[in-house]
Amino acid sequence: MQFLQSVLLRLCTTLITLAGVAVIVFFVIRVVPGNPIAMMLPPGATEADVARLTALYGLDKSIPQQFLIWLSGVVQGDFGTSITTKQPVLQLVLSRLPATLELSVMALIIAIIIGGFMALTGTRLRGSKTEAAIDIGNGMALSVPDFLWGLILILAFGVLIPIFHISGRVTPSLPLPFSTNFYLTESLLRLRFDLWLDIAAHMFMPALALAIPLAAIISQLLKQSLKETMHLDYVTLARTKGYSETHVILREALPNAILPTLTLVGVQFTFLIGGTVIIERLFSYEGLGNMAIDAVINRDLPLIQGIVILFAVIFTGVNLLVDLTYAALNPRLRHA
Amino acid sequence: MSYLSIRNLSARLKGRPDQILRRVSLEVAAGEVRGLVGESGAGKSMIGKAILGTLPQSVEITGGQIILDGTDLLALPAAQRRTLIGAKCALIPQDPLTALNPSRRIGPQITNRLVDILHWSRADAEKRARDLLAEVQIPDPERVMRSYPHELSGGMRQRILIASAFAAEPKLIIADEPTTALDVTVQKQILKLIAAMQARHGTALLFVTHDLGVVSKVCQSLSVLYAGYVLEDSTIPEFFHAPKHPYSRALLAATPKYTDPDGSLTPVSDAVIAATRAEVEAADRSAHV
Ligand SMILES: Nc1ncnc2c1ncn2[C@@H]1O[C@H](COP(=O)(O)OP(=O)(O)OP(=O)(O)O)[C@@H](O)[C@H]1O
Ligand SMILES: [Mg+2]
Repeated sequence: MQFLQSVLLRLCTTLITLAGVAVIVFFVIRVVPGNPIAMMLPPGATEADVARLTALYGLDKSIPQQFLIWLSGVVQGDFGTSITTKQPVLQLVLSRLPATLELSVMALIIAIIIGGFMALTGTRLRGSKTEAAIDIGNGMALSVPDFLWGLILILAFGVLIPIFHISGRVTPSLPLPFSTNFYLTESLLRLRFDLWLDIAAHMFMPALALAIPLAAIISQLLKQSLKETMHLDYVTLARTKGYSETHVILREALPNAILPTLTLVGVQFTFLIGGTVIIERLFSYEGLGNMAIDAVINRDLPLIQGIVILFAVIFTGVNLLVDLTYAALNPRLRHA
Repeated sequence: MSYLSIRNLSARLKGRPDQILRRVSLEVAAGEVRGLVGESGAGKSMIGKAILGTLPQSVEITGGQIILDGTDLLALPAAQRRTLIGAKCALIPQDPLTALNPSRRIGPQITNRLVDILHWSRADAEKRARDLLAEVQIPDPERVMRSYPHELSGGMRQRILIASAFAAEPKLIIADEPTTALDVTVQKQILKLIAAMQARHGTALLFVTHDLGVVSKVCQSLSVLYAGYVLEDSTIPEFFHAPKHPYSRALLAATPKYTDPDGSLTPVSDAVIAATRAEVEAADRSAHV
């Protein structure tokens, strides 16, 4: 009951946050220089043409007035119409969302696998050269941002040893039988492993580029947390019972060491989602981020607005999910 | 025939000359309760850790033998040593608040050794855990087994840890200051419980403590440790009536109840400490020649 209450409270604060984001973005993108109408019209357009289009998109009204109009639409589920494509913003944005979600989650999974493996190996072999090598690797992974990893990967596996696709989401000539835009998930559910492989091979490098810095963070945090946990009395007690070092790490230390790591990884995951904007551009991946850059270049104000709101929804959703997972994993909170 | 026999065990900090244990020899017969006393930092816990194979990575054993039931533990491969210790020894830890895994229920924490290491069936192990919890006077064992550690008091948790230590009927239990972390009122009960369990199960016990009063009640023999060196090895009557070493005499004089209760307590004098230090160092030198 109390649990439900705290979830409702979180939903309320989330709504307030989103409203704040909407207001700020709405005003900022209208104050910065650059006029969407000027971008649309051919060079020879007259003043009258400009005025007519400006009025058509409601841009002649004051910013607060525009905001009210936009808000009354949003309340009815209408996020406006994209200026460049003339399509409803909501429809555009939702059509790209699956691509970005699949990319981000794939990156997260890769980061957890690599980072978790490194942390566990480093803990198992603490004090050895392997642990020192892992520390150095973490430092290197962290000192290079994700988009540079993207470039490095393109050079390595796109140019030098071309084994992965460097652009797009799927080979364009393939006929796609999908009814949603969750290509990777749907190909798996339809047991179309040929398509799945093609999509995964497109996704692999951008996902890896996003994953490398997060993997290093997970590896560092989890290793540190494990190191502290391994000194605790209940771990020592398990050792005296006859358990192997590996068992002690996995069964006794890991479940407790994960908790402090989890919240930080949640925050880092939202940074990773932010990183998709540039990474998608770099790999010509048809996701939200790529669309966001186009929208900014074209000063497509309604579209920018919609994308930013969607990113904000994703961020707060991830944070909520992390808090719920934390509560579910921690017996002290579960019973409180 | 001793169940545990430690012979000339030496240990030091890795890469440093400082000795943490100096040719320690110590015997615990089957079913015997041996006290291990000494000031803080004397190395009492290190001896327990050396037996159980949980020495910190920074400490290395430089010589000697730890013979458990006829097998030299230090000569065994690590995996074999672990399972042997898990089957024949157990630890009653000092602090019940940190010795239980906070994210696991009590039941599995008692039964895991029986199921995973000794290959009991789960049902047998759970029955055994219930019986033991009842034996250490825990009301409603069923409910306790489903609880998490944070739901139980310190005294309850120490009872659980005692039950857990006896679960596999070990032949040797090491208790490292099992009551110092508890309330004074609970200390007495826990002490009585350990003594009663030991007597009923006939387990040998190595009892680490600061408290000579406790030693006189629980133990049959005693080793006095100073700077990693065994100064005295006596039976309890010997020790309390005719201590062999000047440091032991000073230790007794510094303890209430064994001198005149109204008389003043004399702390161990600097002169005795200096003489004891000199003796330990001289012994070190002669051992290295
Ligand atoms: N993790 C460690 N690494 C290095 N040295 C240690 C470590 N723990 C203890 N020591 C040292 O080893 C020596 C013996 O410590 P030990 O814990 O066995 O003392 P003790 O007799 O149990 O004392 P206490 O009564 O305070 O528990 C001390 O000099 C201590 O400084
Ligand atoms: Mg100690």
